[in-house]
Amino acid sequence: MENTFAISVTVNGTPYQRSVDPRTLLSDFLRYDLGLTGTHVGCEHGVCGACTVLLDGEPVRSCLLFAPQVDGHEILTVEGLGTLDDLHPLQEAFRETHALQCGFCTPGILTTLLPYLEENPNPTEEEIREAISGNLCRCTGYQHIIDAVKLAAENMNP
Amino acid sequence: MLARPGLPDFEYMKAESPQDVFRLLEERGGEVKLLMGGTDLFVQMRDGNESAGILLDLKYLPGMKDISYTKKKGIKIGAAVTLNQLSAHPDVTNHFQILSQSADTVGNYQLRNRATLGGNLCNASPSADMAPAALVLEGEVSLSGPDGERVMALDQFWVGPGKTALKEYEFMTAVCFPNPPSGAVGRYLKLGRSKMGDLAIVGVAVLGYPDPEVPAGIRFRIGINSTAPTVYRVPQVEELLAKAPLSDDILRQASGEAMKVSAPIEDVRATVLYQKKMVNNLTFKGLKEVWSQLINS
Repeated sequence: MENTFAISVTVNGTPYQRSVDPRTLLSDFLRYDLGLTGTHVGCEHGVCGACTVLLDGEPVRSCLLFAPQVDGHEILTVEGLGTLDDLHPLQEAFRETHALQCGFCTPGILTTLLPYLEENPNPTEEEIREAISGNLCRCTGYQHIIDAVKLAAENMNP
Repeated sequence: MLARPGLPDFEYMKAESPQDVFRLLEERGGEVKLLMGGTDLFVQMRDGNESAGILLDLKYLPGMKDISYTKKKGIKIGAAVTLNQLSAHPDVTNHFQILSQSADTVGNYQLRNRATLGGNLCNASPSADMAPAALVLEGEVSLSGPDGERVMALDQFWVGPGKTALKEYEFMTAVCFPNPPSGAVGRYLKLGRSKMGDLAIVGVAVLGYPDPEVPAGIRFRIGINSTAPTVYRVPQVEELLAKAPLSDDILRQASGEAMKVSAPIEDVRATVLYQKKMVNNLTFKGLKEVWSQLINS
């Protein structure tokens, strides 16, 4: 008998029922089973933060979860933030301030910051640095990301 | 689709009662890996250092995510409480602040949404960030087995790197900390290769509290990680500090003694000499900070 695990999970507001091999990583489930390739996979050791998604509203590493563990839970990926025509203010701020170059780390940074800015509407620069300390970016040197977070904070909480 | 067929096949199960755990451990013992946050286990599995026939998730057992506090007994923290829940809980920040400080040094925020107190302690890593504070707070662990619950002082719990006193069919359900002595102040100082996100090269927890019974007027407890097979306290140093009126010289002498007790091995992060010197420096810094805070309060 094939070893599978039935899961029900809501991703970006859409409910899914799938049967998965228990060793499927959540990151792979999102990318390969659901086709949501906005979630990127970097180090696969819980260090780089590229695979960050929201699990019941809290940022987690999707490379450190197996798909069966999210059975009955809600996931938000970067695809759930905004669309090309209607960017989320956070995405808008990243575009505005050139806060990305290759963009590989960006989805993980956006999903990390979304609940952070809701809880901390006016972060200081030091607090912003701490908030993104679990996300590695090898292009920007972080300065423009910090500018983006400041701008997003202003725009999200006028 | 399975993008990584390299990972050996396993079953995933959620334990619903302690009996589920005992039964599975009895029936399929060697195959079962007990799962808490998975932040270390999954990485070890991916790297081929650990394997499992069954991943048995303990997080959904009754009480595993509860925190309860009473003035009389102190705090009881379920083994599956995540480090972020722990760090932000008002009873922890009000009465056991050094636990919050320690939790905030582990990995990164996203990881701490999964990583649990029980996992950190049961992993028995010599560099466990929660362990020095848990030791100076004189915590006790509740262990559940087929014959019932037993309670064990944390200083008996670790027996070597990655090794605990847990018996074959046992698992940890909670950690209890008595209220610290009145007026206690705590500090956890961690040295990593980077400011955040790394394992401890050396970590030192210092708890100090007023005690008019001793010549120093203050008693200290010191817990140190990463520099011996297990996380440890240094009772001889704590005694030395209690015996005479405090001064910078005494703190220096005590820190030097802590350095002598430490027994690090050379590893990927640092040499023996560096780690020993950092035990000296961090112990002094921790003592000094706690002492200043106590005399200014």
